[in-house]
Amino acid sequence: MADRYPGYDVMAKRDTLSWDDVTRRVIDARLAVVDEPTWLDAAAWRTLVALCHGIMPQPGGTPRAPLAAYVDRALADDRREGYRDARLPPLREAWTRGLAALDTEANAARGTAFADLDRAARDGLIGAMQRGELASAAWGDMPSAVFFADRAAHDIVRAYYAHPRAWSEIGYGGPASQRGYVRLDAGKRDPWEAAEGPGDTAARANARVGRV
Amino acid sequence: MTPIEEQSPRAAEGRAPDVFRSGGWTPMRCHPDGDTVDFAIVGTGAGGGTLAARLAEMGFSVVAFDAGPFFRPLDDFASDEEAQSQLYWNDERITDGADPIKLGGNNSGKAVGGSTVHFAMVSLRFRPEHFKSRSRLGYGADWPVDWREMWGYYDQVERALSISGPLTYPWGPPRPRYPYRPHPMNACAQTMAVGCDRVGIGWSPMPLATVSAPRGKSPPCVQRGFCRFGCSTNAKQSALTVWIPRALAAGAEIRDLAMVGRVETDASGRATGVHYHRDGAWRFQKARHVVAAGYAIETPRLLLNSASPQHPGGLANSSGLVGRNLMTQPNQGVWGWMADEIRFNKAPPNLCVSEHWNYCDDKDFPGGYTLMSQGPLPQEWAGVQLGARGLWGEALRREMVEYNHQVGIKVVGEGLPSEDNCVTLTDEVDRYGLRIPRVTYGWTPGDKALIEHSLQQMEAVLDAAGATRLFRQTDDTNHLNGTARMGDDPTTSVVDPDGRTWDVPNLWVCDGSIFPTTGGVNPSLTIQAMALRTADRIAAKAARGEL
Repeated sequence: MADRYPGYDVMAKRDTLSWDDVTRRVIDARLAVVDEPTWLDAAAWRTLVALCHGIMPQPGGTPRAPLAAYVDRALADDRREGYRDARLPPLREAWTRGLAALDTEANAARGTAFADLDRAARDGLIGAMQRGELASAAWGDMPSAVFFADRAAHDIVRAYYAHPRAWSEIGYGGPASQRGYVRLDAGKRDPWEAAEGPGDTAARANARVGRV
Repeated sequence: MTPIEEQSPRAAEGRAPDVFRSGGWTPMRCHPDGDTVDFAIVGTGAGGGTLAARLAEMGFSVVAFDAGPFFRPLDDFASDEEAQSQLYWNDERITDGADPIKLGGNNSGKAVGGSTVHFAMVSLRFRPEHFKSRSRLGYGADWPVDWREMWGYYDQVERALSISGPLTYPWGPPRPRYPYRPHPMNACAQTMAVGCDRVGIGWSPMPLATVSAPRGKSPPCVQRGFCRFGCSTNAKQSALTVWIPRALAAGAEIRDLAMVGRVETDASGRATGVHYHRDGAWRFQKARHVVAAGYAIETPRLLLNSASPQHPGGLANSSGLVGRNLMTQPNQGVWGWMADEIRFNKAPPNLCVSEHWNYCDDKDFPGGYTLMSQGPLPQEWAGVQLGARGLWGEALRREMVEYNHQVGIKVVGEGLPSEDNCVTLTDEVDRYGLRIPRVTYGWTPGDKALIEHSLQQMEAVLDAAGATRLFRQTDDTNHLNGTARMGDDPTTSVVDPDGRTWDVPNLWVCDGSIFPTTGGVNPSLTIQAMALRTADRIAAKAARGEL
């Protein structure tokens, strides 16, 4: 995938009027999360890392967002989100059971751990989970499709699009407090917004977003 | 961020946070638990916050409780979707039924100010006929309320919130000019307007509760676009910035991080006060009157959790209707792609509105609906791509790169009441030991017809505007109402036309729970108007010695 916003780094705006102190604290803490488990055991962590690679691949040279660590920290804090489909067990149990079940499915299908599947087999298994086709006893009464939609993909995708790497990739302006935006019409960008490529003009504009 | 459980209450010992000053405080009158206050209000959002302000201004002694923290937006609100999940009701609730609804950030708040702290500020009046939809339009239920009376209360709320809106509003009976000029429409709103013109339905700039010019301590909106994640500049006119400061100035006490678990009743069946959890301990506040204002899930939960020998099925539940007739509003969307850069994250998210299908009765479905332009931020937008299209992996990353070119419209529909849609209690308990709610939902056949009509209409508008790659988001809902219905018959309603429960003469409900129908618009303006009306009814009864 070509770089749609060449050279745009939303973090260049960190010390501009678009960020305030509370936002800097929040994003700094997010970027400081260490990519290792604090709550999941080693086997579950390996499975989760592989699942994150499948659901939210992160090619390119930019530092990767530690997605598995974000999921792990949510589990460590038992951070709920206000509702739970009756077909799912609580957060920790859902993740623990789901990750174990993916390993069971991989072993049954390929004789290997989920984390050791090649990319095609891994993504094939994720697709089968999404379609609700995985039904080994390891899932218990938890439908694999509901686990995929409400937990696995939901949590991993949300974690990625809360990360500045993702914001830079999609040309999103990121935090906007106290300075908001001025130009609202189609095709108009404020100088502190990402410029769409291709071309050197966009790259030059993107090099300036942190200086206005 | 400090988890809420580890935070300490801020409003205490004679002072409360001043929301308009960094680190600021404002004096607050405080009552010992043993004082019998006139009103204990459970909840401080659009219903409870508004009522607390008015009752205090009328001279009643008031203590209002909120389970969530008392934020200072200038200090506490990050410009960030993820971090601002601190504003939602994140405690567990179980959802089931044919169409389980998503809760949390979608439709709940847990903060002083309630969900108005993160509402989208859409401030619309009901169509007058929607207060009598059963007798006038043949579906739903009638409110025991005259629309002309409501029109007067709408006037008051619009002035109190300094609504920024168009010079003339295209639908409904005449209304006064909005106090502040409308906000400029962003590119997504302009796209919707072009499409509406081409398919021949009306549109208007949206009336919004965020100021377009300075007002008191509120600066004008700077078009950050984070409205649904808390306004960090205080341009937004929420309960937190409008009604709570008024309540405090008039002598009300606000207790933050105070979870009310039970309304106590005596042998005669009257309410005597509320049990609440604060600072690690259960306490009891005596009160002459109790008002449940926790919105359509926590209000019935509180009434059901307050069962007593005199009220074995839960308080105010002789009709069996507490928790019944839960209504959400269809919130389906259609999304598309434009060759131009749109950048719909800029400015408030819903800047263009069409109420055409609230006011047009030439249609083959019950209920009405509003259409409005959209501006989801990246986390929500990724959730749309995942939920509506099932995208993940490389396919998701490819689509997300189109973010700045997306446009979208969503419906806010009049979901119909059904007794099968309900809030009940599970056997699971929360960290306070209180039974948690189960929320059961399924669309009625009428809802499904409305949803399909609205999806076709949104597709037509976006197509006419030149958007391509259209796709439907068919599964979303928003706003919750019902569960303690107002009516004029004690066998078919929970509260009387004044908002007082039929069964307990000193127990009131003041929030969206009392709605017999949802109307085809966002409910916050109507909840606030009803709160002002309830305050007037209470004052009138007090003057007659009937309270």
